[in-house]
Amino acid sequence: MAIEAQGEATGLSFHPMEQFIVRPLFGDGPVHWYTPSNVTLWLFAIVLATLALLVLGTRGRAIVPSRSQSIAEMAYGMVHKMVADIAGKDGLKYFPYVMTLFMFIVFANFLGLLPMAFTVTSHIAVTGVLALSVFLTVTAIGFIKNGAHFLDLFWVRSAPLAIRPVLAVIEVISYFVRPVSHSIRLAGNMIAGHAVIKVFAGFAAIAAVAPVAIVAVVGMYAFEILVAFIQAYVFTILTCVYLKDALHPSH
Amino acid sequence: MEGNIGELGQYIGVGLTAIGMGGAAIGVGNVAGNFLSGALRNPSAAASQTATLFIGMAFAEALGIFSFLVALLLMFAV
Repeated sequence: MAIEAQGEATGLSFHPMEQFIVRPLFGDGPVHWYTPSNVTLWLFAIVLATLALLVLGTRGRAIVPSRSQSIAEMAYGMVHKMVADIAGKDGLKYFPYVMTLFMFIVFANFLGLLPMAFTVTSHIAVTGVLALSVFLTVTAIGFIKNGAHFLDLFWVRSAPLAIRPVLAVIEVISYFVRPVSHSIRLAGNMIAGHAVIKVFAGFAAIAAVAPVAIVAVVGMYAFEILVAFIQAYVFTILTCVYLKDALHPSH
Repeated sequence: MEGNIGELGQYIGVGLTAIGMGGAAIGVGNVAGNFLSGALRNPSAAASQTATLFIGMAFAEALGIFSFLVALLLMFAV
């Protein structure tokens, strides 16, 4: 609502935030939870792309892998190594979950970079659910594996007794801020990057600065490809760190 | 010169949140610079620490993203 109202006020030929509006796919009416929207379309594309890479890409099972097979193997190997290195050998039980998260986010970010595409991970609703599910899973694993010893995470035994209560309060706050920062980091990076590209694209309509703006769009686009991967990597690696805290709560 | 004073304050506030970007820039630069100076002293240990580098960068960067979030909230939610 606010975006349409302010669209007149900006000097650009389109509003940089317009790309994040959820629209129904067929006709235009209100978006209910069951309405097929552009989010539905791109979520479907993400699932198809993941299946195409991981199932169809590795179907040959060749000794000398094809291009798609070696990309799939690299992704699998990278996430597997990450879980084993950070969460430890007993964390490998949760590898399928971490791999699912990584593939979903990396494809959401990359498909969102296609021109005219909708970036699913730019919505706090999507990343919030991902981060909250990680938070709840990890907390549940911590209490099931360690019982009350999981609370050692908040009671820092290496610190002097006098400042332990203060540290406990800080640790509890930082524990509960985790899902917030975890989700906002991904969504914020996606919103910011895509909005910057659109702002430069808007400047391209002004003849005097058009060449600079086009070069800037190309540069930002290349940077966004890097960011798209790094944010998926960071989300996954933080999931592994939280998993490690749940499995081995003593510092 | 028309418009109300609340809107003026809103836009000034949005502009001020850009200061947070500078803070995040200092933070991320500090992480990367210290990593590089450590990595050049002991290049053989550098490869095993890239995950730590990215975690540190993510934490430093998150606070800059929070200031961006405040700007977005001021622009579209308030």
